[in-house]
Amino acid sequence: MTLSKTSPPPVRRSSVRLARASFPVKARALAVPLAGLGVLVLLIALSLGRGDVPISVPEVVRTLFGAGDEGNYWVIMDLRMPRALTGALVGAALALAGAIMQTVARNPLASPDVLGVTSGASAAVVAVVVLSGSAYGGVSGLVAQAGVPAAALAGGLAGGFAVYALAWRRGLDGFRLVLVGIGVQAVLVNLKYWLLTLGDVNDAGRAMVWITGSLNGRGWEHVEPVGIALAVLIPLTLLGARTLGALQFGDDTARGLGVRVDRGRALLVLGAVLLAAVATASAGPVQFVALAAPQIALRLSGASQPPLIASAVTGAVLTLGADLIARTAFHAVELPVGVITAVLGAPYLIYLLIRQRRRA
Amino acid sequence: MTALRRHRLLSLAVLLAFLAVAAVLSVAIGSKSISPLSVLSALWNAGDSESDIIVNSLRVPRTGFGVLAGAALGVAGALMQGHTRNPLADPGLLGVTQGAGFTMVSAVFLLGVTDLRVYIWYGFAGALVASLAVFALGTMGRGGPTPVTLALAGAAVSALLHALTSGLVLLDQQALDVFRFWQSGSIAGRDPALLGEMLPFVLVGLVLAFFNAPGLNALSLGEDVARSLGQRVWLTRAVGVAAITLLTGAAVAACGALAFVGLAVPHAARFLSGPDHRWLLPYSAVLGGTLLLVADVLGRVVARPGELEVGITLALIGAPFFIALVRRRKPVRL
Repeated sequence: MTLSKTSPPPVRRSSVRLARASFPVKARALAVPLAGLGVLVLLIALSLGRGDVPISVPEVVRTLFGAGDEGNYWVIMDLRMPRALTGALVGAALALAGAIMQTVARNPLASPDVLGVTSGASAAVVAVVVLSGSAYGGVSGLVAQAGVPAAALAGGLAGGFAVYALAWRRGLDGFRLVLVGIGVQAVLVNLKYWLLTLGDVNDAGRAMVWITGSLNGRGWEHVEPVGIALAVLIPLTLLGARTLGALQFGDDTARGLGVRVDRGRALLVLGAVLLAAVATASAGPVQFVALAAPQIALRLSGASQPPLIASAVTGAVLTLGADLIARTAFHAVELPVGVITAVLGAPYLIYLLIRQRRRA
Repeated sequence: MTALRRHRLLSLAVLLAFLAVAAVLSVAIGSKSISPLSVLSALWNAGDSESDIIVNSLRVPRTGFGVLAGAALGVAGALMQGHTRNPLADPGLLGVTQGAGFTMVSAVFLLGVTDLRVYIWYGFAGALVASLAVFALGTMGRGGPTPVTLALAGAAVSALLHALTSGLVLLDQQALDVFRFWQSGSIAGRDPALLGEMLPFVLVGLVLAFFNAPGLNALSLGEDVARSLGQRVWLTRAVGVAAITLLTGAAVAACGALAFVGLAVPHAARFLSGPDHRWLLPYSAVLGGTLLLVADVLGRVVARPGELEVGITLALIGAPFFIALVRRRKPVRL
C-alpha cells in the first residue's frame, strides 16, 4: 500500500456573493459549458448547411440575417432549423433529467429509464403503431401528426407517475425509487416486446424506428413544447441544485446541513419526469444521452457530481452531433439519431474513464 | 449463530420444495391437457403415443431450460450486483446480453444463418468477447477494476452494441424478426440437445460463483479493507467476471434476453438471505429457477390455446410482486 505523504495543493476558490447568497465559482466548471455552447453553435451552423441542398456556413449566416437566397431561407428555416433545435433541446432535456436522477439515486447508471418515462412512452407508441398501423396504412397522416406524440407524452407521464407513486412512502428514498423503477420498467419494456411480437413485422419495423429515437421530419411544432418545457423547468431545477449538492453526502448529513431533503428530492424527481416525458414525446427515447452526457460532463468539469448546466449542454452537443452524422454520413439511408448517439458517446465515455484512471 | 444458520437452511429447503413443485407443474401443465396418470406413464415407460412425445421431447427439456437458465441468471445477477455494488446491475451489464444479441443479428444479416442451433453459438461467442472487452476496459490503468468503472464501461459497451444491433435490425427485416423474438426471451421449442451443450458452461459458472462468494463478501467492505484482509482484488474480480460471463452467456444465448430474472431475483433473495453472498447465491439460484418455471407455466395457461413468452409473463406477473415486496419491507442494501 502506498500512501502519499505530500499534502494536497491549496484549494483556491473564488466565489460570487449576491446579497445573502454566495456561490463558489470554479474556472473549469464555467469553461466546460461555455466551450460546449461554442461547439453547439458551430454544430447548429453545420447542421443548417449540410443536406441534399448544401449551403456553406457563411451563406447560412447571411441567410439567417435576411440577406441570402429566398430558397435557401426556406430550406434553412422550415426544414433544417426546427430539426436542429429539436435535437439540441431534446438532448439538453434528457441530459438534465439524467443528471438529476444520477444525483438523487447516487448511482451513475440511473437515468430517466429508471423512472419508467421512456419505457412508458415506448410501450404507448408501440401500442398505437402496432394496433392501428396497418388499418391506417402505416404511421402517416393523422396518426403520425397527433397520435404518436400524444401517446408518447401520455405513456411517459403515466410511467413516470406510476414509479413516483409506488416508490413514495413517507418521502422518496433514492434506493427504493431505483428498485421500484426496475419493476415498473420491466413491466413496460416487456409490454412493448409483447406488442412488437404481436404485430405484423412491417409495423414492428416502423415502431422500431420510433423507439430508437428519431429526429426525422421534425417541424416547429416539435420545437415549441420542448422549448417551453425547458424554459420553465431549467430555472426550477437549478433552484433545486442546492439540495442536489447536499444529497451527495447522504440523507442524514444533508438533513443535518439544514436541507429539506424529502421535499427537495420529490420536486427534483418530478422535474426529471416532466423533462424526460416532453423530450421523449418530441423525438422518441433517444438512447444513451441521459446516461452518458452527465457522466461526460462530470469528467470534463472535474466536479464531484454531475453538473446540471454542463450536462445539458453536453447532451445537446451529443444529440445534435449524432443527428448530423445520422442524417448525412450514409447517403441513401437516414439512420435514427438514437443509433448514433451511443456510437458517438460510448467510445468517448470509455476514453474519459480510461484517461481518468491513468491520472489517478 | 446456529439458530440463524438453521433458519437459513430451513428457508433454503422450503425454496427447494417450491422449485420441485414448479418443476412438476411445468411437466404436467401445458396447452394440450394430458392427465397426470398419462404424464407419469410417459415419464416411466415412454412409448410413442402423442402425449408421451409431448411430455418427453417438449415439456421435460423445457423444464430443464427453465431451471438452468433461471438459476444461472439469478446467480449471475447476484454476482454482478455484488461486484459493481449497484442495485441497477443486471447480468447483462458487462455487455454479455448485448454482445450475444449483436453477434446473432450479425450472423443472420451478414452470413445468412437461419438455423437456431447455429446462431446460438454465435451469440455465445459474442457474449464472451463483449465481456472480455468490458473487463479489459474497466481494468485499464492502475488499481484494478473498481465498481464504478466496471459499471460505466459495461453500460457504454452495452449501449454501443445495442445501437449497432438496432442499426442492423432497421436495415434487415429477417434480422428484426429473429431479434424481436430473441429479446423478449423464451424457453419453449428449444432443441433438447442444446440442454446438454449448455449444462457444462452453467455448471462451471456455478462452481466459480460459489468459490467467489467469500471474496465478494470481503470486497463489499471496500477494496482497501478487502486488500488488508488478504484478498487479491484483481483475482476475485476476474473470477467473478468469468462466472458471470459463462452463466449469462449460456442462458442468454439459449433462451434470449430474460433480463428481469437477473435483476429482480437477487433483490428478492436478499430479503430472505441478507447480504452474505455465501447464502445469497444459492437462494438466488433456487429462486431464479422457480420464478422462471412459474412464469412459464402461467404463460401456457393464461393465453390458451396459444402461449405467452416467458420473458413477458415474467415481467408482467413477477414485477408487480417485486414492487409490492419493495414497498412493504425495508430494502436490504447492497
